[in-house]
Amino acid sequence: MAVAAPSVPGTSASEAIRMARHPWLSAAWAAARTPRGAVGLSLAGAVVLIAVIGPFVAPQSPDALLTLTFAKPSGQFPLGSDFLGRDVMSRVLDGGWALLLMAALATAFGIVAGAAAGISAAYLRGRSDGLIMRTVDVILAFPQLVFALLLVSVLGPRLWLIVLAVGLSHAPQVARVIRSATLDISERDYVKVAELQGMRPRKIMTSEILPNLVSPLTVEAGLRLTYSIIIMAGLSFLGFGQQPPAANWGLMINENRVGLPLNPWAVIVPVALIALLTIGTNTFTDAFARVAIGIDRRPEESALIDELMPGVPR
Amino acid sequence: MRRLVMGVLTLVVVSVVVFLATQVLPGNAAFAVLGRGANPARLHALERQLHLNRGLVDQYWIWLSGLFTGKLGASLANGQPVWALVKPRLINSAVLVVVTGVIGALVGVGLGAAAALRKNGWFDHVTSVTALAVTSLPEFVVAISLIILLSTVVFHWLPAVSLLPPGTYAWSQPKLLILPVATLVIVIVPYIFRMMRAAMIEALESDYVEMARLKGVPEWRVVLVHALPNAIAPTIQVIGLNFLYLAGGVVVVEFVFNFPGIGQGLVFAVGNRDIPVVQFIVVVLAAFYVLMNIVSDVIALLATPRRRIVR
Amino acid sequence: MRAAGAADAAGPDGSFGDIRLDVCDLEIRIGQSGADVVSEISLAVAVGEVLGLVGESGSGKTTVALALLGHARRGLSITSGQVRLDGVDLLALPPAELRAARGSRVAYVPQDPSAALNPTLRVGTQVAEALRVHPGVVADPAARALEVMREARLDATPDLLRRYPHQLSGGQQQRVALAMAFCCRPSLIVLDEPTTGLDVSTQRHVLDTVRSLCRSYGVAAVYVSHDLAVVSGLVSQVAVMYAGRIVEIGPTDKVFADPVHPYTRRLLAAVPSPDRAEILTGIDGQPPRPGRRGTGCSFAPRCDFAIDQCRLAPPEPVTIDARAVRCIRAAEIRAQPVQRPALMRVQAEAGQTAALSLRSVSARYGRRGVLSAIDLDVRPESCLAVVGESGSGKTTLARCIVGLHTNWTGEITFDGARLQAGIRGRSKDTLRRVQYIFQNPYASLNPRKTVGQIVAQPLDELLGLSFSQRSERAARALADVSLSADMLNRYPDQLSGGERQRVAIARALVVEPDLLICDEVTSALDVSVQAVIIEQLRRLQRERHLTMVFITHNLALVRSIADTAVVLRDGSLVESGPVDQVLEHPKHPYTAGLIKDVPALTRTVGE
Repeated sequence: MAVAAPSVPGTSASEAIRMARHPWLSAAWAAARTPRGAVGLSLAGAVVLIAVIGPFVAPQSPDALLTLTFAKPSGQFPLGSDFLGRDVMSRVLDGGWALLLMAALATAFGIVAGAAAGISAAYLRGRSDGLIMRTVDVILAFPQLVFALLLVSVLGPRLWLIVLAVGLSHAPQVARVIRSATLDISERDYVKVAELQGMRPRKIMTSEILPNLVSPLTVEAGLRLTYSIIIMAGLSFLGFGQQPPAANWGLMINENRVGLPLNPWAVIVPVALIALLTIGTNTFTDAFARVAIGIDRRPEESALIDELMPGVPR
Repeated sequence: MRRLVMGVLTLVVVSVVVFLATQVLPGNAAFAVLGRGANPARLHALERQLHLNRGLVDQYWIWLSGLFTGKLGASLANGQPVWALVKPRLINSAVLVVVTGVIGALVGVGLGAAAALRKNGWFDHVTSVTALAVTSLPEFVVAISLIILLSTVVFHWLPAVSLLPPGTYAWSQPKLLILPVATLVIVIVPYIFRMMRAAMIEALESDYVEMARLKGVPEWRVVLVHALPNAIAPTIQVIGLNFLYLAGGVVVVEFVFNFPGIGQGLVFAVGNRDIPVVQFIVVVLAAFYVLMNIVSDVIALLATPRRRIVR
Repeated sequence: MRAAGAADAAGPDGSFGDIRLDVCDLEIRIGQSGADVVSEISLAVAVGEVLGLVGESGSGKTTVALALLGHARRGLSITSGQVRLDGVDLLALPPAELRAARGSRVAYVPQDPSAALNPTLRVGTQVAEALRVHPGVVADPAARALEVMREARLDATPDLLRRYPHQLSGGQQQRVALAMAFCCRPSLIVLDEPTTGLDVSTQRHVLDTVRSLCRSYGVAAVYVSHDLAVVSGLVSQVAVMYAGRIVEIGPTDKVFADPVHPYTRRLLAAVPSPDRAEILTGIDGQPPRPGRRGTGCSFAPRCDFAIDQCRLAPPEPVTIDARAVRCIRAAEIRAQPVQRPALMRVQAEAGQTAALSLRSVSARYGRRGVLSAIDLDVRPESCLAVVGESGSGKTTLARCIVGLHTNWTGEITFDGARLQAGIRGRSKDTLRRVQYIFQNPYASLNPRKTVGQIVAQPLDELLGLSFSQRSERAARALADVSLSADMLNRYPDQLSGGERQRVAIARALVVEPDLLICDEVTSALDVSVQAVIIEQLRRLQRERHLTMVFITHNLALVRSIADTAVVLRDGSLVESGPVDQVLEHPKHPYTAGLIKDVPALTRTVGE
């Protein structure tokens, strides 16, 4: 290769990725081996494990009123009891999977809807593009939380509605990112080469463009998952998610706030779990983005890898 | 300017959506509010109050014009006029947002520039990693953590709730503002920090800064006159976007601290199915959103001479 | 190592006098102790003299240029050596004094002025700043600023000074950079390829300005370039760099007319000449990167004259005929003349119908007209060069022929049949027969596909061949461009620019087209790589009986590949005819002006 530029961090990983048959998996693997990636993956993984396995290993029933309210931790109740006298430990173990599931579904919905909108807008151009992007702008005019609240105010806190609302509020951002990535790729010479070979637009989309979209799409998915969890937890906290007496980390935090001076663990543990989960997913996404963007950059562009996701919360 | 027109257009569409969502979706809004057990007389009265007996377009027009003339109808929860209910909350939230925005911007810009100047030093690593962690956290987690830390469990310096006596405004009792402001500042600073750091690094590693050094320009001037102005423009956009975010962020934070602002108002209204209030607050928030979008775009444009030339 | 006798070499206008710049054994490494990027650099420049520092990408010439101001890029550090300016070693100065010296005693003219000028500061501010930061050097800074801009042939109106850099043209930006450099009347000016990206006439103006300013003020200058033709008309002494070392240094006329070092010889054999039709010879392979330069002479792996002894240790400089050369076989090599075989043209048969014809082709982008009423013919199996500066419409012309640009009127006929405007209207067979090669080898290959997939793809789309057939033909196509079969499983990021372009050629030829359109295919490549590509194209064209359209802005290149040529200017055809005739007896004044402005290697120093 030509000029000796300062080496790009992650170059050896990039080399390995190129040799591999499945670049995406290799990128994920390489990301997992960086310090940030490893930390992120372990944090998120640990919490997911707790959430998924929790309900099966809970020592007590999460709904039973077993002892005094806000009792301090003891042998039988390792984390004490909550505002109704239920075992915090069991409730904690039981309270994650629903949150995770709803967040995952909302993310999936948002990604699919957003990517479809973004790719179509970019490839169709013209009026379709304008129409799609205007719609996107309108939805973007609502803060995500407010959008969900709006729908809840009318229809009540139905769970499917919340998943739909949150997913829908993700779609615009995804659409924007994917659209601009698609536009960028469509202009590249190798896409023109495919056109010159008489390739049909749909095949160009799948054969030339989509494989190059995998990285930005994955990064967006990671970000959206983090935000889904945050919003779901927030809605639950406000009381608009799962209704009592369900065990839900967000809900628990709000319910037990009053007893903070008495048994703080009822609040601290769910808070910590949510925090670790979101930090984990966000950190791993960051690590993945660093590795992936290192590959996608053209050699002549400078590698300011750090600056991928500055900007806005939600 | 084009953007202004687009903004207004967006707002109109937003208002339509809000209206449709609340009045039209559930079929008969009054029915949804009162529930199945409502007797026909009360139902009828509510319908008249909500103008549901008129045609759809009529309803929309009544509502829209009401927005501008101040006739917003009455709250369904306590019968008070909507404006009287919302106005003090609006002011309180505005105070919160402005104070947070200013402090957050200053802190974020300062930290970002400092980190960029000592790139890859310990300060840089610590702040970058912390920023990454904090951006992952939901606001209520930050809020609760602060409460645990400073108010209830570890230290007992600050009040856990910001209960303002009715009729007073936020600035009369500054101590009550500290925790909510601190929470929001902590939430937005990392984003401003990261953008500032990134932009500053890019400026410091650019060709024109190298050229300035080769011209013999002293380092302080390189940083202040050459690098900083180029780093500010994208950062201002991010600051604007963060103001935007605050429109939604206040909801949870106010709820946690019982701060009588517009966010708490929204939560209560939603809980009570108080539709006129919900409609109004959502439109206000959306309007703020759109406005800040326009403002931040315009400021960024002005700060970058290159972009001023419309090609 | 420096040119023997450079200290008292006399120029055409009298004695050069004292040595201004004296570099001894400069070494720059990655980090503090990593691989060396440049080493054992020694040179000397006298008052009023210009030294040319030439080399291809990766040779380290820009690194050396920056070190002359005591500056090293991120990640690099100057680990040993001295840079003496008027007796003072810049590298030994404390930081404050070094900073004071930069701009006032030694100045830098950057390669890309649009990136080197701060986009948020006005032009006037930036020029004034060059004086402000050196208080006391000049009595009246305001007057000096105006004076220096006038000398740089900048019309220094208040309006211009208030503008921002992006509001100036490329040529104006470079003049601003020149003005800033000459502000404090430094003793030494370092120019880093300052005419890259400028069109030929602007380039000539800038070079003239540099030459006259250096002469008037007795300034010593170092001119870094990869373009030997540009350098030959400007400098009195030239240093050729390869893989971080100076391999040959001496008076320009000697080095260029009678090169000694094998690399210099090969390099010169690769430079196209506008005066003579020659077969270009490039150099296969690539220069070794820092850390991979091995123990012996770094050029040995690619050298025709290499013997075992060459690989033992880096050669010490040897003085031959007023030059210093790093080669142990210098004397014997010099005895052998450099081969520059002439290119025999294939004579046109009379009365052949054109393979490709354009009649009254006019094209637009939106409302803007880009081409107007183009008429041209290309004989079968011949090569037409389309020459023009940026903005002349030559790329648009290529895109219209191939179907990428559809907004055109007129008639384009290929092999007797009219071509439809867009790709959709053309049959697969037509698409197969007309192939296109893009300029940027970094953008024309899909990074997510292997070389094998890339080359085989058109066989699938246009011919519908089976997998085994495709694999076989793809391997053969690679062999035709001298790439080995194990490239098939590699990804483009692992290839060099020259290799990528060869893959692009293989992809174009694998379907056995009849018409090949090459759009500035070598503009992004080094001279030695360019020569390899050009020769392969020429050979393939003859072997496969291809008709070729070759788009370029490089007038000198045209002679080595094309039979006929046309010149485009602002969308109109101003000249056409056989290549030799167009270059030697141009009919249109624009063409004549272009030819005059093109720097050519055979000119003598001081003209």
